Amino acid sequence: MTVLVDADTRVVVQGITGHQGTVHTVQMKAFGTEVVAGVTPGKGGTQVEGVPVFDSVAEAVAKTGANASVIFVPAPFAKDAFFEAADAGIPLVVIVTEHIPFHDMLTMYYYGRLRGVQVIGPNCPGIAAPGKAKVGIIPNVVFRPGRVGVISRSGTLTYEIVNGIKEIGLGQSTCIGLGGDPVIGTTFVDALPLFEQDPDTDLLVLVGEIGGTAEEEAADYIRHHFTKPVVAYIAGRSAPPGKRMGHAGAIIDRGRGTAATKLAALQAAGATVADFPYDVPTLVAQRLRDGGSR
Amino acid sequence: MVKLAEWRGKEVFRRYGIPVPNGRVVRSAAEADELVRSGALVLPLVVKAQVLAGGRGKGGAVKFASTPEELRTVVSGMLGMQFKDETVKELLLEPKVSVGRELYLSIALDRSAREPLLIASGQGGVEIESLNGDELVRIDVHPFAGLAAYEKRRVGVAFGLEAPASKELGGVLDSLWRAFQQEDAELVEINPLAVVDGHLIALDAKVIIEDDAGFRHLEYAEIRDDRTPLEEIAREKDIAFVQLDGDIGVIANGAGLTMATLDVLAQFGGKPGVFLDLGGTDDPAKVTEAFLLMAKAHPSVVFLNIFGGVTRCDTVAKGLVAAMTQVPDADRFPIVARIRGNNEDLGRQILQSAGITALLDLKASAQAVVAAERARPAGRAAT
Repeated sequence: MTVLVDADTRVVVQGITGHQGTVHTVQMKAFGTEVVAGVTPGKGGTQVEGVPVFDSVAEAVAKTGANASVIFVPAPFAKDAFFEAADAGIPLVVIVTEHIPFHDMLTMYYYGRLRGVQVIGPNCPGIAAPGKAKVGIIPNVVFRPGRVGVISRSGTLTYEIVNGIKEIGLGQSTCIGLGGDPVIGTTFVDALPLFEQDPDTDLLVLVGEIGGTAEEEAADYIRHHFTKPVVAYIAGRSAPPGKRMGHAGAIIDRGRGTAATKLAALQAAGATVADFPYDVPTLVAQRLRDGGSR
Repeated sequence: MVKLAEWRGKEVFRRYGIPVPNGRVVRSAAEADELVRSGALVLPLVVKAQVLAGGRGKGGAVKFASTPEELRTVVSGMLGMQFKDETVKELLLEPKVSVGRELYLSIALDRSAREPLLIASGQGGVEIESLNGDELVRIDVHPFAGLAAYEKRRVGVAFGLEAPASKELGGVLDSLWRAFQQEDAELVEINPLAVVDGHLIALDAKVIIEDDAGFRHLEYAEIRDDRTPLEEIAREKDIAFVQLDGDIGVIANGAGLTMATLDVLAQFGGKPGVFLDLGGTDDPAKVTEAFLLMAKAHPSVVFLNIFGGVTRCDTVAKGLVAAMTQVPDADRFPIVARIRGNNEDLGRQILQSAGITALLDLKASAQAVVAAERARPAGRAAT
């Protein structure tokens, strides 16, 4: 088994006739992904890059057996697009769209849970397993099949680090860009068990950022439940103290959320911490050579 | 985010049925005079500077006036006053009331719980983070269920109010929840929620609206935080633009890569002065826009760090070279460019033949940037 996507993944692209939808349909196909359908209401019956376009997700599922969706539709319509995918029984939905109001995302997240949907994003690069499938927009050039898993809150920084892993001669099992929005469908803590159970992953790279407490919660999970070696990098250690969101924000985060607290928590959980992005590949190689678990 | 001034926040509260004082906003002493003379406002009044920063009471931004002369003095003194980073342009005048108890209520997003969090305290009117955890009631509110009656009773028990205030509390909580959801707020806060003559009334209002919901809240479009002109241009072009105190300009794509770039520069002793985050894009037109914007900030040297996704590096490189021809000679600055991704070798050749330092390695690039900065006199940071 693998993490969320494999060779049986059949992708429907929601918003396929838009610029991003079309460009990334080509890229996903070049990656080797089975892109079986596109959906744009009113454009049913046409084709984009050889992919049949349908008016609704339900129709796309009925005719093509699509079992994963990637959403490119603009923010004001993203919630509706997601409901449509969830109601059509799609179990995995990657939301690439940015600027979705978090109140919408709260609704989408809980609706997805009711319908048994694994949501990735929004505002995320998505998921890719080299040699199997890609549902999202991570550039194809950074990948090579291998045994290193990657989870990240960033976009381009993920590409940077995944590329570094390739350049040192290693490869990736599955890479998930979770997105950095206030509410995301899949967090580090949601994704960690998937990598723990994945027989194709030997080591996990975790890429975090300052702000929020997701890395601290990941550290808690790693300490108690994760047996594979972890290499972590946190961006933003030199950033000046950011603006806090009023008094309530300070109470909610309870003094966590800085680079220092995140690094300390991850180190205490047994992760190897990289000071800079270009240190990650070397540390990965080292941990793999040392073998064993945390 | 759009932070609403107190009076706008109170307008929101009023619309949702939360009691607020009958106040008026003035922008001149003459306006204040006229309101009192016409009987629209009755002395004594409280005069509150409409600034967004906290600590107004201690900072002289909230004062009282009991006579027309006193009102004129207070209003004239406060208008135009500098409070922290803001200039006072508007004052809220409200009837002075005799406050019994002061309470605290807020709703904001708890990211890790993925639920809105209601915070209540019987000790309002103070900086809420100064209170101990056991003085706060924290209730995660499920967005599908809203505030349940038993949760409202918990707040009631914590407040220990008497009638009629005790009977009004449920309505205030419902209204606050509806305002949070329907206005797409990041934060709704009442501090203090006061008991005046036995009734609840919101004496302050802090409301922050989420930017991303702007498409369905056009009424907030006109409200802007004070931004520098450059920050305003950047906002229009959907480029994140931040000015710090240093001379190096940084252009990167994506928040994580931008932060990592700053981290690496800091490691080698570089001080970033301005950074532009293009977002998760490598669109050549946006790179051009960013360069022209950066030129206006007069950096000593610019570090361009782009990880090309779908757009090819040669396309980005051509956009960069084109942008440089549009920058006036007087504003020229050295550039170190690092563009990774598809066709990176071709991109590097194009840049090098245009006389731009182009590297692939992040560490080496950062070192080149810092060396270039030290080789030059200090630039002028724009304001």
